[in-house]
Amino acid sequence: MTYDPNYETVIGLEVHAQMVTRSKIFCGCSTTFGAEPNQQVCPVCAAFPGVLPVLNSELVSMAIKTGLAIQGSIRTRSEFARKNYFYPDLPAGYQISQFELPIIEHGQLHIVTDDGVRKRIGITRIHMEVDAGKSVHEGIQGASWIDLNRTGTPLLEIVSEPDLRSAQEAGEYLKKLRSILRYLQVCDGNMEEGSFRCDANVSVRKLGQTAFGTRTELKNLNSIRNVMRAIEYEAERQIDSLESGGRIVQETRLWDANQNTSRPMRGKEEAHDYRYFPEPDLPPLVIAQERIDTIARQLPELPDAKAERYRNDLGLSEYDAGVLTSSREMAMFFEETVSRGAQPKAAANWISVELLGRLNRGGMEIEQSKVTPEQLGRLLALMQNNEISGKMAKQIFDIMFESGGDPDTIVQEHGFKQVSDTAAIAAIVDQVLADNPLQVQQYREGKTKVMGFLVGQIMKATQGKANPASVNAILQEKLSG
Amino acid sequence: MSITADTVKHVANLARLKLDERELAPLVQQLSNILGLVEQLKELDTEAVTPMSHALDMPIPERPDLVVPISTREAMLANAPDTEQGYFRVPKIIE
Amino acid sequence: MDPTQLSLVQAHAWLSSRQISARELTAAFLERIDRLNPRINAYITVDREGAMAAAQRADDRFRNGTATPLTGIPIGVKDLFCTENLTTTCGSKMLARFRPPYESTVTRKLKEAGAVILGKTNMDEFAMGSSNETSFFGPVRNPWDTERIPGGSSGGSAAALAARMAMATIGSDTGGSIRQPAALTGLTGLKPTYGRISRFGMIAFASSLDQAGPMTWTAEDAAIMLRVLAGHDPKDSTSIQAEVPDYVNTLVNRLDGLRIGIPEEYFPDSLDRETRHALEEAQQVLRDLGASMVSVSLPHTRYAIPTYYIIAPAEASSNLARYDGIRFGYRCEDPKDLKDLYTRTRSEGFGAEVKRRIMLGTYVLSSGYYDAYYRKAQKVRRLIARDFQDVYTGVDLLLTPTTPGTAFPLGEKKDDPVAMYLSDIFTINVNLAGLPGLSLPCGRDHQGLPIGMQLIAPVLKEERLLAAAHAFQSATPWHQRKPEL
Repeated sequence: MTYDPNYETVIGLEVHAQMVTRSKIFCGCSTTFGAEPNQQVCPVCAAFPGVLPVLNSELVSMAIKTGLAIQGSIRTRSEFARKNYFYPDLPAGYQISQFELPIIEHGQLHIVTDDGVRKRIGITRIHMEVDAGKSVHEGIQGASWIDLNRTGTPLLEIVSEPDLRSAQEAGEYLKKLRSILRYLQVCDGNMEEGSFRCDANVSVRKLGQTAFGTRTELKNLNSIRNVMRAIEYEAERQIDSLESGGRIVQETRLWDANQNTSRPMRGKEEAHDYRYFPEPDLPPLVIAQERIDTIARQLPELPDAKAERYRNDLGLSEYDAGVLTSSREMAMFFEETVSRGAQPKAAANWISVELLGRLNRGGMEIEQSKVTPEQLGRLLALMQNNEISGKMAKQIFDIMFESGGDPDTIVQEHGFKQVSDTAAIAAIVDQVLADNPLQVQQYREGKTKVMGFLVGQIMKATQGKANPASVNAILQEKLSG
Repeated sequence: MSITADTVKHVANLARLKLDERELAPLVQQLSNILGLVEQLKELDTEAVTPMSHALDMPIPERPDLVVPISTREAMLANAPDTEQGYFRVPKIIE
Repeated sequence: MDPTQLSLVQAHAWLSSRQISARELTAAFLERIDRLNPRINAYITVDREGAMAAAQRADDRFRNGTATPLTGIPIGVKDLFCTENLTTTCGSKMLARFRPPYESTVTRKLKEAGAVILGKTNMDEFAMGSSNETSFFGPVRNPWDTERIPGGSSGGSAAALAARMAMATIGSDTGGSIRQPAALTGLTGLKPTYGRISRFGMIAFASSLDQAGPMTWTAEDAAIMLRVLAGHDPKDSTSIQAEVPDYVNTLVNRLDGLRIGIPEEYFPDSLDRETRHALEEAQQVLRDLGASMVSVSLPHTRYAIPTYYIIAPAEASSNLARYDGIRFGYRCEDPKDLKDLYTRTRSEGFGAEVKRRIMLGTYVLSSGYYDAYYRKAQKVRRLIARDFQDVYTGVDLLLTPTTPGTAFPLGEKKDDPVAMYLSDIFTINVNLAGLPGLSLPCGRDHQGLPIGMQLIAPVLKEERLLAAAHAFQSATPWHQRKPEL
């Protein structure tokens, strides 16, 4: 990968997010993923003659939620439009979408760039539209098969401003956007199943140049990693082309993740004139301010606000607050852990280091953790109450992570109970001091480092179960006595 | 306003219609005549007029988000000219 | 008396008093269809079994006391209303074998009321035409003179009714397709307010203009039909949420105090002399009934045709994109690739007029032309609608001719689209403004061909149209004339 510091990459992203409504956008068919082909299809979504669309109310509410979450302005009067093109997975020959009057405009979100700077990314617009069906090509001789189950699933198309300047920023933007949609519980954000899809518009220009270069549109980017790789590849391709005296052709390119390359797309793009016009079957969508206000009041706390609260009220570091709010599940885990009596900083530390470290090694998400927040909270409470040592806690946590289980039970079964009985500890201290006169003398001559050795001996004698704080206090007292 | 044969061919392609040479010439003429009729609209000043896309001004009704299955796959495939294993079958799609 | 000559109201009385059974009535109509349809070509599909089964159920309802005014009434339905498992062609090769797996709201309501659907009537292909010559199933002939056109696009519904092959029929009207054929065949044809009757299951031509409506012998019959057909439908987002009045109860015999506007633009010098004369006589009848005539102006009238021939084809070009040979309908033989599948299927499956309108609509929406054509037309559409709003501050109804002349010979305008389009000049504005309009017979020309007049009311004032038409029919014989067959 060559990197030319004289060029700047300009990226705008178009995200298609499937909304998790139960029924389709304009008919009562189910939106469940994975049904038998053409099982969730009716005359309306299959565009049979004479049928008409009727709008799903829940989708409108989800769009409003999303608009509020990205601080966009919500049009109280928006309009559906038809986007006309022929493709076998688009049964009507047009996609019902929004064009001149989308429901949401002028939004934004914030990302943290590589150099740790908070950066605003504008969101031009969000509009509602229908998803297309799927075609199957592989292994079919001379034909393709069409499955219309997905046809009519509601989508929000979320269009960013060309504010992104690197693949890294594009990745951060997608993670943030996905996390917001998941916080709102309007989209499951699953890129592999296609419920969160991204097309990237990429151009390059010489540093200092104000006009945008000719852009290309990248498709078939089915993971955030692929989005980033495809952008890097495309920027390099464009720079190479310009440097060797070529021109950039405005086109759509398909990313091939296996070959790590892209190629121009054929077929759909041949005649590119969508002939948008207002959808005559659907009157304008009029949204009462009351409805917007009600939804605004019910909006959950979003990642940025949460992170700020974690920093200001709970005293977490910027880093920890960022990690713990990166997904709704993570934040819920953290808050539940704290609600079980764990100190916030300890909980943050244990989740981000111990739990996430182990999950990452196993390639797992926090939802797959065998350790529940209740259990982690209890474990940390035991440690805070000096019933177990930090070292024991880690051992117990290992067992909880591998096999699951309640910390109290593990403590009992494995005999992890910490000895905090002062008299018992004092007796052992006396014994250790008696057994190590040399070290005692060295300590009293000022070589205080031997303290560590003596503590070690005491812990060894108690098989690690002695409360370290008590051990230190008693030992100190005896040595100076 | 007259329309050229090339424009007519381009529009036919957009509409996925095929015109043979015999159909083309009369169609060019007819479309030109119709568009000639349409030229009259230019004499009206409509600068301040809001476009009217619906016959009546009413808001869209919304339906509750309920799953109401109404069709079987058999019924949905029954009119199709070509199906295979529960799918609609078309000539190979090349992307 | 031959039961096929009864009005709907009369037939209901016969059925109620068991003077005739629904099966006998239906059989009489089926027999008449067998005899006359080969000459008129009004029906594409006759559903003998379905009709007789429905008649049987109707007789049951008369026995168990659940009959409605439409129970047992034999009706013909334009072949663009989807009927479950009964072929619905829309007059096109494209749908020649299409059997919908669903029922249109219009036909569902008719069936629920106990009506007997005799079959599906012929029409211009996809309702695009004013003469019924664009049907894939051949032209329909006018029962008053079988060398002439019956009008279109609901020409089959008009001819079936005029020839008494149905007691009432259903049509659809995008630019005059109910009113114009009603005028040319001597019938009462009602296009209600846009959205008054559900469009669900009615195959779309131009969605913002299409409206279903009844064709009947009398205004009273139309009132009975509309009472059943009108009303909000949750399956049609453009259907109006408003109470449906009892249109029969609001019928009157006098029109005292009614102010009728006569728009000067609808009486141009080019208007057929006999039509002008018939309209003048009609005004006198209405005055005698107590109405007053007021001269008014609708200044944007002349822009109706160009406005319509942008908006309607634009919507049609998109509505007809679904005919691709994949899920239903015609498919070309051995497509070599996807593009070939689309272009050959559509080129072979659609007729010339449909293709012409798809081309026109695609053109006016295409990149670079949208503002000059489509947006411009939408703006002019608002000016046209405003003309009506302004004029209704001073009058209750408008009276105009329905057509510029009487039925013209088959083939006369077939190859001249502009001349054909101009035959809708008096009806199109009503669709653009979304208003209710009704055509009723008001005279005849020197050849005995019917002349129609049009009444236009403000939004949702169908009862005003029906009341005025009923009063007129109480005082005139025109609606009782029948063609010799």
